[in-house]
Amino acid sequence: MLSILRTIWDVFLHAFRRRVTIQYPEQKAYLAARYRGRIILARDPDGGERCVACYLCAVACPVDCIALQATEDATGRRYPEFFRINFSRCIYCGFCEEACPTYAIQLTPDTEMGEYRRQDMVYEKEDLLIAGTGKYPGYNFWRIAGVQIGGKDKGDAERESPPVDLRSLMP
Amino acid sequence: MLTVLQSPHPFWALLGILIAVLTVAAGLIWFERRLLALWQDRYGPNRVGPFGLLQVVADMIKIFTKEDWIPPFADRWVFVLAPAIVVATALFGFAVIPFSPTIIISDLNIGLLFFLAMSSLGVYSVVLGGWSSDNKYALLGALRAAAQMLSYEVFMGLAVMGTVMLAGSFSLGAIVQAQARTHWFVLPQFLGFVLFFIAGVAETRRLPFDLPEAESELVAGFHSEYSGMKFGMFFVGEYIGVTLISCLITVLFWGGWLGPWLPGLIWFALKMFAFIAFFILLRAALPRPRFDQLMAWGWKLMLPLALANLLVTGAIILAVR
Repeated sequence: MLSILRTIWDVFLHAFRRRVTIQYPEQKAYLAARYRGRIILARDPDGGERCVACYLCAVACPVDCIALQATEDATGRRYPEFFRINFSRCIYCGFCEEACPTYAIQLTPDTEMGEYRRQDMVYEKEDLLIAGTGKYPGYNFWRIAGVQIGGKDKGDAERESPPVDLRSLMP
Repeated sequence: MLTVLQSPHPFWALLGILIAVLTVAAGLIWFERRLLALWQDRYGPNRVGPFGLLQVVADMIKIFTKEDWIPPFADRWVFVLAPAIVVATALFGFAVIPFSPTIIISDLNIGLLFFLAMSSLGVYSVVLGGWSSDNKYALLGALRAAAQMLSYEVFMGLAVMGTVMLAGSFSLGAIVQAQARTHWFVLPQFLGFVLFFIAGVAETRRLPFDLPEAESELVAGFHSEYSGMKFGMFFVGEYIGVTLISCLITVLFWGGWLGPWLPGLIWFALKMFAFIAFFILLRAALPRPRFDQLMAWGWKLMLPLALANLLVTGAIILAVR
């Protein structure tokens, strides 16, 4: 009996508490830096595309919302000819980001992507590409990888030894 | 000598009370949601119009444009009639409420009995609605409603007999005038007030006594099959019932229109809204009891208490006289 009255009184006191509601369109909720929201494609510090079109993200994707086609430019750099994410399917699990070997695909703390037409939820490469490097500022895959491309021969990469001449007998 | 209250313009009093009651009952949709939100640290509807007040209009438009579906297996005429009964009987109850010395439709000399009769008739709405739906959940809800409202009506009537004895009249106008001569009856009849309030909560099927609806067990209880404005009638009927019970508590125990400085009608409205808010606070605070607990409290605790209150009040009145 007393507990019932106590409950009523305690609930009444909640009238003087701070309200927890966030008045959304005017007030925005804090989203952590690692929040898994809208997916972007990042660029090198030099401004080139990071994505090497390895398909690992498309393979990792549990809902098959990523579609891309690999191609190569004149210098031998691989890049996606098209890169398409269907955000009406995407479940924002972040597996693509984990799978990406070049930090190209990243999830961002942005969720405001409602559209009136379903077709508008399909983002093409030019919608996904951003100007900057995203979460990994210094990283440049083509400077580190030992792959030979135009303007960077074997052994030219950072922390890479010159290639061994197999026919030489010198130590 | 007690005077029989009369309104100088009966027609305008009737029209004014009808409009005011329906407005308050509709406004409670907004009021309840805002208050519940307040006690749950939220805001509630605050987007439509100033303070979200136009939420009522939005809800009305929504409920009027919903499909008005009568299930093919339902007992058609009873199904349509049931929601009208709850609103009609609750509105009839307002005929005897003295809002101020001059705003009253009819100061019946058996006003309190008239109210008890009307609130008993309200049971028919729930029972017939549940029965005609031809749905097991609706029937279970109706069964519960019948048992609950009958049991709680017994001591509801007994709980107010103390005030009737003190005032010496069943007329609600006379009861308020008797309080003007002595003191508010909540002082000598505090137990009666508590019992009447609990019975009133059960009578209007409000939480924590909403077992006839019991969303978590019975879908929506007696109105499971109802949609559109027929459901809306049950909804509004419940709010009219809450308003009616709050009015009666004000009249019977808290001195009706009596109060210093402010005009009588303002005092009446303030007290009434305080009790409506308390109804909502109960909803925010308390869980629903089991049905056997509800019955046990009704018959084994509330009824003996009401009888004891009646006997003690009678004995004291006799001793003083």
